Formats: sequence, structure tokens, C-alpha cells
Amino acid sequence: MDSAAVPGSPPILSVEGISVWLSGREILHDVDFRIEAGEFTGLIGSNGAGKTTLLRVILGLEAPASGRVLVNGRPRSPRNPLIGYVPQKIVLDPDMPLRARDLVALGLDGHRFGLPRRSTAQKALVEDMLDAVDASGFADARVGNLSGGEQQRVLIAHALISRPRLLLLDEPLANLDIRSEQEVVELVARIASEQQIAVLISAHDVNPLLPVMDRVVYVASGQVASGTTEEVVTTEALSRLYGHHVDVVHVNDRILVVAGHDTAVHHHSDSRAR
Amino acid sequence: MPASLAPVFEPGFFSSSPVHVALIVGGVVAAVSGVVGTFTVMRGQAFAGHSLADIGTAGGSAAFLIGISPLYGFVAMNLIAAGVMEMIGIRRPRGRDLATGIVLGAALGLAALFLYWDTTHSSTTGATINVLFGSIFELPSSLVPVIAVFSVVATGIVLLSYRPLLLSSLSPELASARGVPVRLVGIGYLVALAVAVSLSAVTIGAILSTALLIGPAATALRLTKRAGMAMVIAAAIGVAATWLGVLLAYDSYDWTTGHGWPVSFFVVTLVFAFYLVTDLSVGRLAGRRRLR
Repeated sequence: MDSAAVPGSPPILSVEGISVWLSGREILHDVDFRIEAGEFTGLIGSNGAGKTTLLRVILGLEAPASGRVLVNGRPRSPRNPLIGYVPQKIVLDPDMPLRARDLVALGLDGHRFGLPRRSTAQKALVEDMLDAVDASGFADARVGNLSGGEQQRVLIAHALISRPRLLLLDEPLANLDIRSEQEVVELVARIASEQQIAVLISAHDVNPLLPVMDRVVYVASGQVASGTTEEVVTTEALSRLYGHHVDVVHVNDRILVVAGHDTAVHHHSDSRAR
Repeated sequence: MPASLAPVFEPGFFSSSPVHVALIVGGVVAAVSGVVGTFTVMRGQAFAGHSLADIGTAGGSAAFLIGISPLYGFVAMNLIAAGVMEMIGIRRPRGRDLATGIVLGAALGLAALFLYWDTTHSSTTGATINVLFGSIFELPSSLVPVIAVFSVVATGIVLLSYRPLLLSSLSPELASARGVPVRLVGIGYLVALAVAVSLSAVTIGAILSTALLIGPAATALRLTKRAGMAMVIAAAIGVAATWLGVLLAYDSYDWTTGHGWPVSFFVVTLVFAFYLVTDLSVGRLAGRRRLR
């Protein structure tokens, strides 16, 4: 199950007994899972299940009521260079005077004070990164004028240029058409395996991630189940997680999660199962 | 070229002649407004910027009452207001307008009282006009070093926090994930804004300072897709409008015998004209081929 783990090295991410309360409501209860170096993990759950909250806790933007997050075996520091982050649905103002390449460069030194002076090596790194996400063609365009898929690629480059060992992506596939969806998944998977970066990508649908996913962390009712797709996305495991009966149905290489005895259906779009 | 511009580049430029002071102070203040204003527009804080100017009138008119330069009153009042706005909740987009509006209302009440006292108690009828519409030709040259210091402070904050400010203006979420102290950067910017607005309030007036803050920056954002370049263009437009405005106001003494037109009128009109011309020409270009 931990195929990518190097024996003896700590997991890149270890979430231990995390509980989170927001405005008097418990969003996450006793959440436990780990991600080994270089693993591609899907964080799956419906809207409002607590995926974004969990990512924010991992980033240190939200304080848990209990539990701890270890990054590479150490307590997470506020500005952790080991973690890159692509937030959900950020609205980039078309009037903002910022080119795609400027946003990528800010991934390198956006937290630094003082006048910007970028070395030749840093400029070359920006070019490489734009190349790696196939964004060279629109590197000089204003970020606010790019399409959703193009913005997503620039934001991925922004997150990856500081050479993190774990990349968090919050619903990067939301609002994308099916083709851009596949492009983003393939791009992230390719870069992650090339640069040996672990990925935690949140989505409400497991199907687009099936071809590339090493592990799934399924969130429901404030709790998680983690393991391989075969272990977690099953009628037994998900029924236990949801606390009532759900059916997991395989139809033409797609996985459908269907609530038992009532009509609510988690709709999943097409993709290939392994 | 009118003869009045001839001594501009001669020795004695920094002497006490009102025109020289107006050109130096006006130019510096316009440049500061351009640099700071670029981020005001990018951060969507135009309302806060304008409100700070109006709020400052309470300080400016109070300064008149006790006989010191309105500049000190503006700066003190604006810094207090910025602090209160930050505490009430300028961080949240909606709380921001709310906080600004509440502080604005309270301060305008004070301004009304002080301006009334200015005219009744000390019979300085010029106070209201000076505070609201500026007094660029009446600035004492002793104030130049003070204005220089405030200018360095405001520009320094923006330039030194340029990258964190840019990233948190684009997306606070992205910035805090990158390790930017978003709140601290926001407070720093608000201080720069408070100082910049105070400076333009004493030159072209509290009511009109928004024009110098927003106009050149808005024009610059139409012309470039680079933030650094936008600040340079905004500063240049502001300086050009101010110097031309001073020149025209000086000349206007000859248009109607003995009564010059106010500088502020010319500056604001020029800023507006720059924007209009840019908007029309860029808009026409964009119509022909979609600019990215």
C-alpha cells in the first residue's frame, strides 16, 4: 500500500487525530491519514464535507482543536517551504497588471520584502517552470485574462517553483470542461513523478483521478477513510464512513457511489478505472 | 513657453517663491500618489482612499484652530482613522466598506464643527477653502522637508513591501499560503495610504485628492500589464498633470484681472482628460483585436 515509501524515511505528511470546530460546529472529527513521499493522493468528498478545511489545517491557515500535522516528520512551521498550494476558485481581476510569468516568479519570492532583484538563474527557473506547465505561449498575458484551465496551470507553476515536496490542490478540476480536466490531471501527475513531489488533490468526483491515483482519502460526515481505491471506495468501507448504507457500483470503468434506500446519488463523470 | 517657467531650472529653485514650492511639493506629492494609488486601485480600496481624505478634514481644520499647518492635522487624523478602520474590520471585503463608512461619518461631523469654529472664532475665512480645496501656492517652504520625509515614508512602505503587497492584493489566500503576513502588509499599506492622502490633501485639497490618487493609477493600469511599470506611469501622469496645472493656474492670473483660477481645478481636469484619452484609444484598439 505504501509503494512509494522509502524504508525508514518519515511520511511527507502525517495527519494525526485532527479535530476542527468552526462556529460551534465540528467540521472534522479525529482525522488520521498519512501520505508517503512522491505519492499521488485524491482527497474525495462532496461539497461541504470538510476538504478545504482539512487542506487549510495542513497549510496552517486554520488551527485544529486537537491533533497535529507533521510534515516530513516535523511539526508544521507557519511558512513551510516543503508545501506548495493551489487554492480553490480564486478570482483573478482582469485589470490586475500582472503577467503569467510575474505570478510564477512570485511563487519564488512573493513573501520577501525589499526591492525585487531577480538573478539570471531565477529568471531561467521561471522560464523552465512556465515550460513545464505548457504556459510559455501565454506567459506575457495578464493572468486575469487567461481561461480557467490556463490560470490553473500558472497557479500550479507558482506553487511548484519553490520546489516543495508536497503539493496541495483544492478542487482544481471544478469549473473546468472535461478536456481541461484531463489535461490538468495528467500535467500534475507528470510533474509530480518527474520531480518526486507528493500530491494531495481535492475533488468531489473520484473518476478523473482514477488513472493516476496511488491512494484515496475519502471525507464524509467529518471523518475520513484512507487507503487504495480498491480498499476505500467499496460498499462496505463507504457505508461505514457515511454511517448509512451506500452502494459502490462499477459501470463501464466508472465508479458510482449511490446512496442506498433513498434517491440521493453522487454523480460521477466518465473516466477509466484501473 | 511663458516666461514664468524660465527660472524653474535655475539656481534658487528651492528658494521661497510660491511657484517653486508649488512645483516641488506638487511634483513630489503627485509621484507619491501615483505609486500608492496604483495599489489602491488594484486592492479595490478607492472608497477607503477617498474617505481618508474626507476624514482628514477634521484634522486639517483642527490644526487651523490651534495655528499649526493643516498637514500635521491631516496626517494625525488619517493615521488614527486608518487604525480604527483596521480594528473595525478593513480586512474583510464587506466589513471594509462598513468600517470605512462608519469612521467617515463620525469624522465628517467633527470636520463640520471645526470648520464652523475656524470661520467664527478665529475669523479665518480661508480655512474652509484651504482645507477642502488645497493651498499649493500658500505652502511655506519650511514645510518642504516635512513633506519630503512623509513622501519617503509612504513610498518606502509600498516599495519595500512590493512583492508581498502584490501577491496579497491578487489573492490573500495565495499570499498567506506563501508565508506572507497578509494582515501586517495590509496595515502597512493603510499607513502609506493615510500619509499619501494627507499629502495630496494639503496640495490640491481634501475633496480633490482622490482624483490624484485614483486617476493616474487607473490610467496606468489601462496602459501596462506590469505592476512596477504601472506605478512609474501613474507617477509620471500625476506629475505632468500637477506641473501643467500649476503653470495654467499661474497663467490664469492674466486671464481675469487679479484673480487666478484654483490649481486643483486644472490638475483634476487634466487627470480626467488623461484618463479619457487613454480609455478611448485603448478601448478602440481593444475593439479591433482583443488585447490579452
